[in-house]
Parts: sequence; structure tokens; C-alpha cells
Amino acid sequence: MCDQTFLAVVFGPCDKCSKEKPLRAVYIKSEQLSYCSLCVEMVQLVGLHHRLKLHGLIPPSDITHKHRDLPGQSFDAGLSNHRLFAVHQVAERVEALGQFVMKTRRTLKGHGNKVLCMDWCKDKRRIVSSSQDGKVIVWDSFTTNKEHAVTMPCTWVMACAYAPSGCAVACGGLDNKCSVYPLTFDKNENMAAKKKSVAMHTNYLSACSFTNSDMQILTASGDGTCALWDVESGQLLQSFHGHGADVLCLDLAPSETGNTFVSGGCDKKAMVWDMRSGQCIQSFETHDSDINSVRYYPSGDAFASGSDDATCRLYDLRADREVAIYSKESIIFGASSVDFSLSGRLLFAGYNDYTINVWDVLKGSRVSILFGHENRVSTLRVSPDGTAFCSGSWDHTLRVSA
Amino acid sequence: MSGKTASTTNNIAQARRTVQQLRTEASIERIKVSKASADLMLYCEEHAKKDPLLMGIPASENPFKDKKTCILL
Repeated sequence: MCDQTFLAVVFGPCDKCSKEKPLRAVYIKSEQLSYCSLCVEMVQLVGLHHRLKLHGLIPPSDITHKHRDLPGQSFDAGLSNHRLFAVHQVAERVEALGQFVMKTRRTLKGHGNKVLCMDWCKDKRRIVSSSQDGKVIVWDSFTTNKEHAVTMPCTWVMACAYAPSGCAVACGGLDNKCSVYPLTFDKNENMAAKKKSVAMHTNYLSACSFTNSDMQILTASGDGTCALWDVESGQLLQSFHGHGADVLCLDLAPSETGNTFVSGGCDKKAMVWDMRSGQCIQSFETHDSDINSVRYYPSGDAFASGSDDATCRLYDLRADREVAIYSKESIIFGASSVDFSLSGRLLFAGYNDYTINVWDVLKGSRVSILFGHENRVSTLRVSPDGTAFCSGSWDHTLRVSA
Repeated sequence: MSGKTASTTNNIAQARRTVQQLRTEASIERIKVSKASADLMLYCEEHAKKDPLLMGIPASENPFKDKKTCILL
């Protein structure tokens, strides 16, 4: 079976310089265009120039002003007119954040191919990560040692999750299943032998997560559905239908008694579900392209989403609408993964242009940009105690930054 | 999803489901954005002190930051 992915190269006239060259799809102001690689570099250079000019000054809000409300007009008047930036207007009096110094503190090397997914253990120290070559590795992030390694029978393990107890990991991908492996420190035991197949979908598994206990797993799949499974018996407890295309990501509400989760898919919709009834409670459709990642705000009243349209957006559940958009003209590559810091003030987003942008959630401005990965950032999670965040990339490594 | 050759009854049933779903979604209680944003700001302010990535914790307490090496005299 072919184990490689090949990028289909399209030749044609570039939308900017009109020369016949190999083209790449980029998103400028929510519009999809095809630029040749030279024009891609030019657009990114213009953005970099802007940033260097403003270096040293308090960064002004770089939102395009055409969307700003007129003075004296309430942004609550009608849902249709005042789409965006409401949080930024309320938060104008909030102190701006200072400069951030975040560096890569640990580099976890060992995967033989693209890292696709990772998760932290509740002990704030261990990390599980999965990659395209089928390997699932459990690391100790303090020492960078590998504690466990398992080879899945399929490639492209797109989802992995750590159990809340720290005693098992769940993973899945092109095999359409979600398997749970109990972690054992006994050197004589083969981890793969104790594997338990829990979920069965009709298409690839894109995301999985344990609920508050080790006993239930929530999965999202390319067949357009999400499902809740009982780990012990492998039985389907509830299924969630409603997405019109592949579901790419999901996140559970943070509260202990929470019974909802949010999912994002290729149909550009983010949907909030009630786990007990299987009903969709709310849905949001403002993105222009596939939603790659969704993450709840720490209070549970809002969630952020990262999409291929190069923007991240914040949706408030009680106001039932989008309340902030995090984008810049110089960012033209999709966001693959987002996560909040502990207080919810910072939003970390990993992009396909190999960088990680840190956004001020309230002000809507970019606080910091982190380089270091040599290929696209595919997954990003903040540790449970908020001291660091880990990013996994197609360059085969994971980086823990603090 | 039903293909282009789906029967008319199938389409009607699906449309009914969509309308029902939209009705439920339209009837939920919404609060004003100003209140929602104010709550988000309040949450950020309350938890800002405890956020290590925001405030920065001293290197001695951060397990990831390199500690100064000890010198044996």
C-alpha cells in the first residue's frame, strides 16, 4: 500500500503576476486564490515589513477598519450588521500585554514520519503522540525519554488521546477504528497484545477524546458522524449526525458535569452537541473553509476554531454567535490547531506555514510569533497546568515551549 | 447524504428535519454580546494571575526552564 502523500501540482497563470508557474492555494481576505511561490513569498514579506516597522511600539489593533462600528452605535443592535470584533470593543480598556519570550525548551525526536496528533497526560508531564508511519509514542516531556512505543497496523494515525487516569491511550486513523492500549511498565508484556478495539466507523478516525472517565470515548470520523462509545464493551452509546462532510475535530466542555461537546468539520460548520440526547444544540457557520481544530474556552462559555481559511474565530455559546476573528493579511496559510492558555487570555494557533502565532483573545491582536518547526505544525496543546505547550509537526518532531 | 437520485419523499423528510432543527436553534435563549464579552474579560482577569504562560513563573519553579548548574566549591 502506498504510504506517501503526494502534493498534486497545478500549473497555470498566477492570480497576481499572471505568469505560468506551479500554483499554491492561498486565502487572502477570505477569498481563495492561486499564487505562484514567488508571489507567496512577496505577500509574506510585506507582512513581515509591517511587523518590523511596528517593533518596539505598542502594537495597534490591526483589524481592517471597514468593519469597525460607527461611534454611538450599539453593537448589539441586530445580529446581521455587526458581525465581528465585539470583544475587542468591550476590551479596549483592558491592559495590553507586554512582549513575550517563549522558546523551545525540549525537542522530542523519534518519530520516523509526520507527527499528526498529540495529547498531554493529566500528570502534566507525559505526552502521547502519533504519526503517519503508524507509531504511537508516550514521552516524558521533562527528560525527553520515550516510555512506551506501539506500532499500529495502519498508517496515518490521526487521533490519539490520553486517558484521564494516565493508564491507557486511545488512537486511531485510517483503520476506521479507535483502539485503546493499556499502558504497562512490565517489559515482558507486548503492548499491542492488550489492544482493545472500541470504535468502528465507516471512514477514517479524525479525532478522539476520553470523557471525564476512562470508561467512555468520544470519536469523530471522516464519515461525517461523531460517536460516544463504552470502552469496556465497545458498545455504541450515542451517535451524532448532522455534519454534511467529514468531521475533523472535537473538544469536550471543560466542566465536570458538562454534557456537551463541540465538533468542527469540512462543511465549514462548528456544531455543539448534547451528549445525552444526541441532538445538535447550536451550530455556527461563518468560516470560509474546513475547520481543522476547535477548543473550548476555559470557562466553557465560548470556543475557538482554526480553519483552512487562515483565520481563527471565537464563538460565544450564550450569545450564540461569532464574537472575534483572529486574522492578518500576511497570514495566508490555514490554521491546523488551536489551544487556549490557562486563563484564556492567550490563543496559541499552529499554522501550515510552519509558525505558531500567539493571539491576545480579548484585543484580537497577535502577541507573538514562534518559529522553529521545519514543516507545517499539525497539532498543538497547552499542558494541563498551563506551564508549557507542545506542538507537533510534519518535520517529525514535537517541541515543548515555555 | 442522499444522492441526486433520491426520491421526493426523502427530500421532503430531510427538509422537515432541517426546518425542525432550525426552529429549535432559533428558539434558544441568547444574551447580549456586551454581556458575553464582559464575562469573558472578567474570567481572564480573575485567572490571569494563575496563568504561567501569561505571567511567567520563576525559572526555579518551571520544570522546563533550565536551572542554573550548581558549582561545587
